[in-house]
Amino acid sequence: MQIEIILNGKKVSLDVKNNELLADTLRNYGVFSIRKGCDTTCCGLCTIWVEEKPVLSCAMLSVRADGKTITTMEGLQREAEEFAQVLVAEGSEQCGFCSPGFILTVLAMKRELKNPTQEEIVHYLTGNLCRCTGYLGQLRAIKKYLGVA
Amino acid sequence: MFIINEFIQPQTIEEAYNILVSRRNNAVIGGSAFLRMGSKKINTAVDLSKLGLDYIKDEDGYIEIGAYTTLREVETSPILVNSFSGVISNSVKNIIGIQFRNIVTVGASVFSKYGFSDLITALLALDTEIELYKAGRIPLDDFLKRPFEKDVLIRIFIKKNQRRASFQDLRNSVSDYPILNVAVSRLDNQWTIAVGARPRVAAIAIKASEALSEHLGPENLAYYADIAAEELTFGTNERGTAEYRQAMCKVLVKRALMEVLECK
Ligand SMILES: Cc1cc2nc3c(=O)[nH]c(=O)nc-3n(C[C@H](O)[C@H](O)[C@H](O)COP(=O)(O)OP(=O)(O)OC[C@H]3O[C@@H](n4cnc5c(N)ncnc54)[C@H](O)[C@@H]3O)c2cc1C
Ligand code: FES
Ligand code: FES
Repeated sequence: MQIEIILNGKKVSLDVKNNELLADTLRNYGVFSIRKGCDTTCCGLCTIWVEEKPVLSCAMLSVRADGKTITTMEGLQREAEEFAQVLVAEGSEQCGFCSPGFILTVLAMKRELKNPTQEEIVHYLTGNLCRCTGYLGQLRAIKKYLGVA
Repeated sequence: MFIINEFIQPQTIEEAYNILVSRRNNAVIGGSAFLRMGSKKINTAVDLSKLGLDYIKDEDGYIEIGAYTTLREVETSPILVNSFSGVISNSVKNIIGIQFRNIVTVGASVFSKYGFSDLITALLALDTEIELYKAGRIPLDDFLKRPFEKDVLIRIFIKKNQRRASFQDLRNSVSDYPILNVAVSRLDNQWTIAVGARPRVAAIAIKASEALSEHLGPENLAYYADIAAEELTFGTNERGTAEYRQAMCKVLVKRALMEVLECK
């Protein structure tokens, strides 16, 4: 089936199979910031935005994306870099495999929550697993980036 | 990986239902998060996106939730956060993460009668009915007891009243499947205790609910929690034994009762 999406601001037409998942479609198209870290919809590595909302691209059918606006790390370079610098300064980026999904979730949270509490930040990020950092550095970086205590 | 031969977006519910029942291996697609984990061979996937079933509204004495509403919408809806002590929103908060809840749908979550369902337990403690295309509008409790029959879940109705409620769950870690979940509600002196993830689908602890409705003495909460744990059946799976679940049922029911009593 032919679908049309707005990918990072550009209109793109793609030929997809009925059971194809968006993570695969986008990676095959060359969007390599999307990673697949599990096969059970649990890790958050494949997070993208659909209509500005963070979703798991490994669970969404590509046919369902027809007509939708999709944003990945490639479309948020400036903001992502800004936050990544805070992450690095806090020593909270290690292997970096989880970073794209994690950063996109943090940027979505920044838009959705005003002055979030620590509890709200942690809750927003329960769907993003990281096997290296132990999360505390990430939490410090997020608070610094959002300017919250 | 599951297979989909044909993908159809019907323009009416009637059309959706007719396609669904026209072949054994035709299926409705919700958020596809559960389906994608299996290897089902679907002939025609019926997508309900064009039917305007993504909404939560407060109308004519009922809160109505469309089948395609996502669990994240349920979690954040001001209507649901401010009704029944927020029990419905609270019940979905620990299901994986936000990106997951932005995809999965209410209709699939209820129609599938998953034993581990958190949402079903919360809905069962309230005055909930569901509307199916063929079976019509029926109480959730009835639906859960019926044998499986192909149908399309269209929407959910929850009677608007002053019920106070509490949701409690026990998980090995946040975002894991629940080992047990409990929802308790109270309208004046009428109590309902629902227990899910037993690991079978949620059920109402009828004797405990009735006993509590007839003679409540707050100092005796453990007594009613014990009745609930004794009257319901529990099973064993990889997350917990029947004995453990039964013991934890007493704890969660008592906690929920205490929380409801404190609700303003
Ligand atoms: C890894 C994982 C962990 C989970 N953990 C939890 C948890 O801890 N607690 C919890 O409560 N839930 C949990 N769930 C279940 C989840 O919340 C959803 O209920 C589930 O994914 C189904 O929603 P979906 O929209 O993805 O449905 P789909 O995968 O699209 O469909 C599931 C089934 O429902 C049918 N269906 C879909 N919509 C309708 C409809 N309107 N009418 C009739 N039939 C329909 C489909 O044909 C299919 O058989 C988990 C799911 C997964 C995949
Ligand atoms: S790849 Fe793990 S949640 Fe999508
Ligand atoms: S930095 Fe290695 S998984 Fe997160």
